[in-house]
Amino acid sequence: MASVTQTPVFVRPESRLRRVLRRLARRRVSLVAGAIVLCFIAMALLAPLIAPYDPTKASFMLVRKAPSAAHWLGTDEVGRDVLSRMIWGARSSLLAGAIPVVVALLFSVPLGVISGYAGGVLDMVVMRVTDAMLAIPFLIVAITLAAFLGPDLKNAMLAIGIASLPVFVRLARAAAMSIRAEDYVEAARVIGSSHLRIAFRHILPNMLPPLLVQASVMAAAAIIAEASLSFLGLGQQPPAPSWGSMLNAAQRHMAAAPWMAIAPGAMIFVLVIALNIFGDGLRDALDPKRR
Amino acid sequence: MRFLIFFGQRLALAVPTVLILSVLVFLLQRLLPGDPALAMGGDEIDLQGLEEIRHKYGLDLPIHLQYFRWLGSALVGDLGISLRNSMGVTELLLGKLVITLQLAFASMIIAVVVGIPLGVLAASRHGTWLDTATSAVSLTSISIPHFWLGILLVLAFSVNLQWFPSSGYVPFWEDPRRSAMGFVLPSIVLGTGIAGVLMRHTRSAMLQSLGADYVRTARAKGLSERRVVLRHALRNALVPVVTLGAIEFGHLLAGAVLTEQIFSIPGFGKLLVDGVLYRDYAVVQGLVLVSAVLFILVSLTADVLYFVINPRLRG
Repeated sequence: MASVTQTPVFVRPESRLRRVLRRLARRRVSLVAGAIVLCFIAMALLAPLIAPYDPTKASFMLVRKAPSAAHWLGTDEVGRDVLSRMIWGARSSLLAGAIPVVVALLFSVPLGVISGYAGGVLDMVVMRVTDAMLAIPFLIVAITLAAFLGPDLKNAMLAIGIASLPVFVRLARAAAMSIRAEDYVEAARVIGSSHLRIAFRHILPNMLPPLLVQASVMAAAAIIAEASLSFLGLGQQPPAPSWGSMLNAAQRHMAAAPWMAIAPGAMIFVLVIALNIFGDGLRDALDPKRR
Repeated sequence: MRFLIFFGQRLALAVPTVLILSVLVFLLQRLLPGDPALAMGGDEIDLQGLEEIRHKYGLDLPIHLQYFRWLGSALVGDLGISLRNSMGVTELLLGKLVITLQLAFASMIIAVVVGIPLGVLAASRHGTWLDTATSAVSLTSISIPHFWLGILLVLAFSVNLQWFPSSGYVPFWEDPRRSAMGFVLPSIVLGTGIAGVLMRHTRSAMLQSLGADYVRTARAKGLSERRVVLRHALRNALVPVVTLGAIEFGHLLAGAVLTEQIFSIPGFGKLLVDGVLYRDYAVVQGLVLVSAVLFILVSLTADVLYFVINPRLRG
């Protein structure tokens, strides 16, 4: 009787990134949403090449013209091409989606990690301050700060970033607290790693998944907030194009030029829903319970 | 007794939060660019006039004394004077609160009537096309920019069909019908977003309840599916949803900024926008403080509600 010897097969463990990408790829809706977000980024980058007209060039001969072959989405109250303004407007919206999130992450992550890792009085103070900030509605904080800092896209983005700080601080703190109790953190402590090393080498990389998911959701909220601030005249200033300020103008000419209101609002809606779907997909792909 | 301890703990947490909030709101005006005395006196004022204003309003005092003075006045209900219309801020806010409360209640009714039944429906038909469609509706209502929805509704129902007024506010006691008609579109706009949130949470809470042992027991006893879903699963699923609904209501009290702007409803939101545009610091400060305190009170009520309706906490 021939003996069968089995050679052990060593399988290289799949990297975390690959696993997340594989799980994300399984969700077709999330992939489509991700592709839509990429299309918006491409539109913003290629605006000078694909916009048919100068977005700021007014023409009194073309005031409030309905959609036509020359102007696919019509013209606005001073004769500017709505399609060109819509394409260029993607720049301010995408910047407003990204920069406040980066600002919030830069400040909140170290604060959340220190608070969650150190605990004690510092943690209590940080938590009470975030509680107080969370009691003021997000948009009210953004509007008040943007108004006091001065109406400008940069200030609007800073205001939105500050308004979203408490959510990220709480999330970073909660993640840091749960990771602090893990065995590998205890092991690092036993071998004499410094607090700083433990915080940045062990805690920070492991808290990225929940922060990434929150970042995608917050980017969607920031895009709506920027559009809201521009709608109120506190964000991007005319004649520079922005979807929010386009809707502000559209509201004043609703009866005579309804086409002015459709495209910019639809752009915000599609981008926000794509980001929300992508965020949901990312949450599922990163969720360890779904492995 | 257990309730009193629970309530005392929550209240003890709320007090420092309100105090820190008052510091933040106070610093908001004092630390940001722009001189409040200049804003009060206007661009034409001379140096002596500026000094007089600073002295009159205590702006020449050290900042911590300014804070205690401001807090002391706020505690007795004096939030300062509006620069724009020379009225007391407290009086102004109380007048607007009535209007905002009407809008918030109307929006909440729409959100609850639409959101909870659709959430229950999605969970009880889990995995079917109805579940997918309801989830899509929920995601759409959460993602749609409110001010755009407002513009679209005005375009459809005011400009084209002329069913509802596009803007303006009529007090209920003056003309109840016109007042109600004026609230329909703004309430739909605000109610839509909250309905989406309630739908999502009701669905997930119902799915959890429907998979629980007590539901299996109820089914095994031979109860009808309708009774199992409504009497057993929904009753438990509603516990977190009620808390969430109360928090959403708290946000509504101050979060209707753009909707009030679009429909020209003179509530909290419109007052805030006018306040920031005219640099009416006292109004903005008072409004942010009052809306945040209201939110904390609503959250406290939500905690109490959670305790009252959750049998496991009552013990």
